[in-house]
Amino acid sequence: MQSHTITLNINEESHIVTVRAADTLLYTLRGKLGLTGAKPGCLNGDCGACTVNVDGWPMKSCLMLAVEAVGKKVTTIEGLKKAPIQQAFIENFAFQCGYCTPGFIMNCHSLIEQHPDADDRTIKEWLESNICRCTSYIEIEQAVKSVLKKK
Amino acid sequence: MLPFDFDYYKPETLQEAVELYQYLDQQGKQPMVFSGGTELITLGRIDLAYTEAVIDIKWIAECKVMQVSGDHLLLGSTLTLTQIEEANLFPLLTKTASEVADHSARGKITLGGNICARIFYREAVLPFLLADSQVVIAGPDGGKVAAIHDVFHEELKLKRGEFLVQTATESRFIRAPFFSVKRRQQWETGYPLITVAALKIDQELRVAISGLCPFPFRSKEIEAAINKSGQSATVRVDGALAVLPKPILNDVEGSAEYRLFVLRNLLIDVLAALDGARFR
Repeated sequence: MQSHTITLNINEESHIVTVRAADTLLYTLRGKLGLTGAKPGCLNGDCGACTVNVDGWPMKSCLMLAVEAVGKKVTTIEGLKKAPIQQAFIENFAFQCGYCTPGFIMNCHSLIEQHPDADDRTIKEWLESNICRCTSYIEIEQAVKSVLKKK
Repeated sequence: MLPFDFDYYKPETLQEAVELYQYLDQQGKQPMVFSGGTELITLGRIDLAYTEAVIDIKWIAECKVMQVSGDHLLLGSTLTLTQIEEANLFPLLTKTASEVADHSARGKITLGGNICARIFYREAVLPFLLADSQVVIAGPDGGKVAAIHDVFHEELKLKRGEFLVQTATESRFIRAPFFSVKRRQQWETGYPLITVAALKIDQELRVAISGLCPFPFRSKEIEAAINKSGQSATVRVDGALAVLPKPILNDVEGSAEYRLFVLRNLLIDVLAALDGARFR
């Protein structure tokens, strides 16, 4: 079957959606479900702007088919409700244009959940997955570290 | 966005996957075995990959195995590189895999997907070449277990309808001292220039290389030169450089001359790291 009617668990809500098997999760979130927080960037898995969380881990939603997300727990930036990393981005001025911000925040959020004791090496390894054209890297690092320190 | 449509199948057993492949192949659907799927999604987007039927094997129990069985470590082909890194049951593989793509992408890229990739780096195979691992392959002739050296020559030589299920690696190789470094053209996140993985077992060095030629390899000739007793480190490295396979890559990531320069230094690093006591 080239089209599938599937149930996706996104931000703790069930969504029934009909997709092409070839549709990426990114396209489905934005085009079918109106969840436009995940940003299209390179569409090639390089830039990280489309990062969401799948079962608690960062996922470039341009690299995942929507049909692969069946049975998984997907969290998008819209599903974060005043997460500490969101406030930390504001306090540390960790963005300029803001286009990469949802992806960075979702990656940082996963990092904080999976490795609350992350050292510099781990932070760098994880955050290498995202690109910020405004080069807010120092401020993003400060934002992540401020949350890790509080933990 | 993929500019073509395909059918999507989620077989739950190896037999079902094998039969599906044969059936869809007979239908002319150009079926593709899909694990992490990153290559289909990225190359398909620019018309460099095409299929009318995707067989997603990551729902098959045997493909998700990660366990020590007797004296062997079994790793399923659909484990993501992140799962392998986090479990860290094979430190040389952890180190080598941790240099593939980037951290988020490694949550999607799988072991089998990297080993069977069209992109020529395929670094995840290097530890298995060094460790004389075995591979479990499913296919229309039934399953088979083969030495990786019998089935991996530049790429995993799979017959039509076959796919990689697991790797099996002896624990003595997993415990062996190792070295693994990836050099890039620039920075720490660009495309690879050369990856060298090495381990020391029974007082002998083994070396496997990706990014030098348009295929990953382990070479007996290089190892014979590197292990030549009574020679200086420089002479041994020169000997290794004289017996390299061909062709040496010469592309936008690095000229052939530059790659050989980088390789020379990496081999010196291998000797320093794993054989330092004898040659310092």
